[in-house]
Amino acid sequence: MKAPAFAYRRPEELAEALSLLTTEGAQVLAGGQSLIASLNMRLSAPALLVDINRIGALRGIEDREDGIRIGALVRHVDVLHSPVIARQVPLLAMALPHVAHMAVRNRGTTCGSLALADPSAEMPALAVALNAEIVLEKHGDRRQVAARDFFQGLYQTDREDDEMITEVIFPRAADDEMFGFAELARRHGDFATVGISVRARHTGDALENLDVVVFGSEAMPLLSPAGPSLRIAADATEPMLADMAETIVADMEPMENHQGRADTKRKQAAVLLRRTFKDMQSRAFAGRGNGHG
Amino acid sequence: MTAALKTGASVPRRNAARLVAGKGRYTDDIQVAGLLHVAFVRSSYPHARLKRIDTRAAEDMPGVVAVLTGDDLAKVCAPWQTQLALLPSHLSPPQMPMAQGEVCWQGEAVVAVVAASRALAEDATETIEIEWEELPVVADMAAAAGADAAVVHSAMASNLGLDHTISTGDADDAFRQASVTVEHTFSFDRQTGVTLEPRSILAEFDPRLRQLTIHHSHQVPHQMRDIFAAQLKLPLSSVRVVAPDVGGAFGLKLAAYPDEMAVAAIAVLLERPVKFCADRLEAFVSDNHAREAKVHGRMAMDANGKLTAMDVSVVSGFGAYSAYPRGSVGEALQAVHMVAAPYKMAHLRGRVRGYFQNKPPSGVLRAVGQPIATTVTEQLLDLAARRLGLDPAELRRRNYVDTATATARSAGGIVLAELSLERCHDRLLQLMDYATLRQRQQMHRDKGIYRGIGLAAFIEQTAVGPTLYGAQNVRASAQETCRLTLEADGAIRCATSITDQGQGTSTALAQIVADALGVDIETVEIATGDTQLTPFGGGAWASRGTALGGEAALRAARKLKESVLGIAGALLQTEPGLLKIEDGRIYNTASPLPQMSLADIATTAYFKAHLVALAELPSLEITESFAPRDLPYVAANGIQAAHVEVDVELGTIRVLDFWVVDDCGRVINPLLVDEQIRGGVVQGIGAALYEQCIYGVDGQLENGSLVDYLVPMASEMPDIHVAHVQTPTSATTLGARGVGEAGTVGAAAAIWTAVNDALAPFGVVLSEQPFTPERVLDALAARKD
Amino acid sequence: MGMADLHSIAFMLNGKSVTADVDARLHLADFLRHTLHLTGTHVGCEHGVCGACNVLVDGRSTRSCLMLAVQVDGAQVETIEGLTASGQIADLQEAFTARNALQCGYCTPGVLATAAELLNGEKPTREEIRDALSGNYCRCTGYHAIVDAIETVAGKRQGGAP
Repeated sequence: MKAPAFAYRRPEELAEALSLLTTEGAQVLAGGQSLIASLNMRLSAPALLVDINRIGALRGIEDREDGIRIGALVRHVDVLHSPVIARQVPLLAMALPHVAHMAVRNRGTTCGSLALADPSAEMPALAVALNAEIVLEKHGDRRQVAARDFFQGLYQTDREDDEMITEVIFPRAADDEMFGFAELARRHGDFATVGISVRARHTGDALENLDVVVFGSEAMPLLSPAGPSLRIAADATEPMLADMAETIVADMEPMENHQGRADTKRKQAAVLLRRTFKDMQSRAFAGRGNGHG
Repeated sequence: MTAALKTGASVPRRNAARLVAGKGRYTDDIQVAGLLHVAFVRSSYPHARLKRIDTRAAEDMPGVVAVLTGDDLAKVCAPWQTQLALLPSHLSPPQMPMAQGEVCWQGEAVVAVVAASRALAEDATETIEIEWEELPVVADMAAAAGADAAVVHSAMASNLGLDHTISTGDADDAFRQASVTVEHTFSFDRQTGVTLEPRSILAEFDPRLRQLTIHHSHQVPHQMRDIFAAQLKLPLSSVRVVAPDVGGAFGLKLAAYPDEMAVAAIAVLLERPVKFCADRLEAFVSDNHAREAKVHGRMAMDANGKLTAMDVSVVSGFGAYSAYPRGSVGEALQAVHMVAAPYKMAHLRGRVRGYFQNKPPSGVLRAVGQPIATTVTEQLLDLAARRLGLDPAELRRRNYVDTATATARSAGGIVLAELSLERCHDRLLQLMDYATLRQRQQMHRDKGIYRGIGLAAFIEQTAVGPTLYGAQNVRASAQETCRLTLEADGAIRCATSITDQGQGTSTALAQIVADALGVDIETVEIATGDTQLTPFGGGAWASRGTALGGEAALRAARKLKESVLGIAGALLQTEPGLLKIEDGRIYNTASPLPQMSLADIATTAYFKAHLVALAELPSLEITESFAPRDLPYVAANGIQAAHVEVDVELGTIRVLDFWVVDDCGRVINPLLVDEQIRGGVVQGIGAALYEQCIYGVDGQLENGSLVDYLVPMASEMPDIHVAHVQTPTSATTLGARGVGEAGTVGAAAAIWTAVNDALAPFGVVLSEQPFTPERVLDALAARKD
Repeated sequence: MGMADLHSIAFMLNGKSVTADVDARLHLADFLRHTLHLTGTHVGCEHGVCGACNVLVDGRSTRSCLMLAVQVDGAQVETIEGLTASGQIADLQEAFTARNALQCGYCTPGVLATAAELLNGEKPTREEIRDALSGNYCRCTGYHAIVDAIETVAGKRQGGAP
């Protein structure tokens, strides 16, 4: 199927782009890896595409005071190969090999993925897990929203039609933080049936204060309310880790679809969580028996 | 000097060098001046009456040349109806290129917009208003079978399109006497072929000469020429069908599709060239589907592990119409007739019923029904082995049928001759180091790692002859023909009725001809896929290309050689029997020096025939046809094995390794044969693990995109180790059996037995294909509860 | 339905500069195939899944169905035709032919674009080759031969390096 007709503009300056976005039916074209597919299926019919690919100000990964800034034109491949990301936002680096395939990663952008808010996508989940800040700009206005407030439902976000995400700021990983990531997809690179990401603080004899996000199965990334009170002790047994996983999945509200029923996804999420906890425990306390080392 | 024989050698395909350079010429690549493009409005309802179609707005849209309905096309195109002489109950209503009055599946074409570009045509389709009256939908097979079920089409009396039984021996008695009986229920989800190049057709009509030329992404151009001529009321000689490069076919491109017929009719009606390339979304709802079946199988064994009887009941889903012209019964019939084909078994009872449904028609997909029969048989054998406490390999070894006699038949009536079941079996166990794998399996289980080893022996029907369709009065030719011409420059032109969608059959033919004639393979030029350039014949279906087309080529080459040597003998004043051809030159067996070249023979015969002292000048253009008329087909055989690991917590399955030992008789080109087998295996793995057309009870396809319909990708597929046993068939001079479907016949069964072997410690046997993670977890949960 | 929104573009295609006026909605694959008649780029799904339309844009493999023609303004685009003419993937093409790593050939130009990019990096393992190929569907070969062919070339290129 061929895309319906639309108008196209390619501003070189952000201000011009923001001004164009005030047009009724205008939409941002960044990586286009979901947008153009939906156009080709006539699932969307924008009046105007505002191609931001020429706006230099939107490029670049920057190590800034307020965190690691990923501009709206940063593509998955840039994040995947960025030494700054590998060092400062290791969870992103862990997750990116799961994002689609090479050709799609070569064009798709981090911010575009956040704006689309596909429930099966990794980026929204990671932004929530890491408590990233999303910068939204529109003609004459700029605001910053916590990722944890940005996602509002299935493909629904706090972004207004004339706003665009110009950058996302990930907090720098602290020295005492540890991360885990796992997802279940039918085939490598497919959208996740269910995925989980974990951030924890290493307190010496335990991993504590967990930020656990479950995604793929949920309409939007689920930040587990139980996480902050959970603790992976150096000597926690598998049944204990399994109990923690059960606590987390109790809050899931999985969508029922061809990937599975809600109970199946809960079961699978619990397995991914338990295994990830176990893996983090091994990494955190490697080389020592119980306790400190 | 003797040139090394090409037959049996891994000769790369000449076409491959063209295709890797992007120089393929597929239907959509062909440029024609003034070409118009067709986009269809398709029914979004699985069953509805067309109350009113308003196309006025569309007619005024930019670039639109015509907006046509089924009624418009009826002026130039006659209706058709699949009829099988031996199965008169398999009858769906007459069909037209586009629905008239009633639509019977979601995706059926209703209106065609013809415009200057596909995009403009699609723009116009969005303005067409159709008033529908929804009718009751019969989607799943159980609903179609219900006593008070609504009918799929209002012209039908019942949805039952096939009710067929077979009975060999006395199955009831055998089950009574059995020491061990096992049974299982099997479900096979609906699949579709997903050729990477979707269906495409380009039709040109010359109104002055009333000649129709069709470029068609298709397997059987001669069949389609016959059909286009009949439906459009044109003399056969006025229709030319060309199948250029075809981007995958797998049986999907064997049928006459209504929307493609519409394109031909539009070309005739408008007297303009028109093209239609299905996009991926419409391919999912308009390509023929396959495989949908439910089976209940029982198996009886004696105390020594000898198979005595099977009882199999198959229910098959046909979709809305019987596929034209070959019908939709093949899957169901093969599913029951092919059970236990590799095994000695005296008693079989089988019943198969097929139902029409408000879904796309089902048709041919690589291996037609054979994967179902193989899966049912092999899985039941494994269950019996468990009950008997026997190793699954040992159980099979005890039961292979003796095929030494040419008249061997399976209980299902399958003709078996000169097979090598035991040799393939032994070779496979050696290849995979079966004993070691079994030992390791136990070690892994002790650590909570669940690996399974699955075997699947199989019979593959290949080189199918005229009795299959001929007896049904279906005009699908089983004859293959080769026309060999010695060109004036000494090259050989080989025009064949078979077609090649990448299998490599044209290379195999070049090898056969080169060796039989004694010429360099580079001098053999193959013409294929064009009804104007090639002799009449079947095309590509049922693993017949090399086996039958190759036989015709071999026979033609031998005759051409006779002609050449006859003329050479006259010119050299030597007995032809003392002459031979090597490397394109004529030698006297007594001398190492070439006497003359093939070019000399041709030049003399074509331009100076008066110098040839023969009363009759032998023809240097030879046409030979071949169809096996004594046998319905030539069976091939083999065995496959899968090694898998099941994550019993997540429900996921990893295929670790895969092996195939195949006997396709004489192997003409191992390089090509191995890839045919591997490609077939991956399609079988896809069936077992991924592929399913998911329909709601409302008859809507819910996963009709390439994002949601999962086909195998490189990451999940294993390396596939292939070995051969070669038992040439005596049915032909060439001795080759077919191989195109071998991989698909057995691969799904090997995955079934492997996965269920992995799950054996839990006492769980999966029963629904594909094995999704949820199905695996559900089976495990049901057991634990 | 809106009217065509035409834009002038200039870009490098297979090493030569090209200018054209393109409708905004035309995707790159259709532009290459039907406007420029470079039919070696194939269209298998038009929703970015199958990889048959992969080409190199600024040296990176790209779904040409998921990029608008107007977006290649100023870019370097290489299609199978250019990759062939320049000889830069001649070894891959030879290996694919020798190994019969293709049947119908429809996926092959896209697979080669992916392989070309993959082999710009370090020598991949067999598993990495399979991973990289996962965005390219092949319905005919079963993938094994494709992996073999790429592995062979990776080895040879590595061997040839000082």
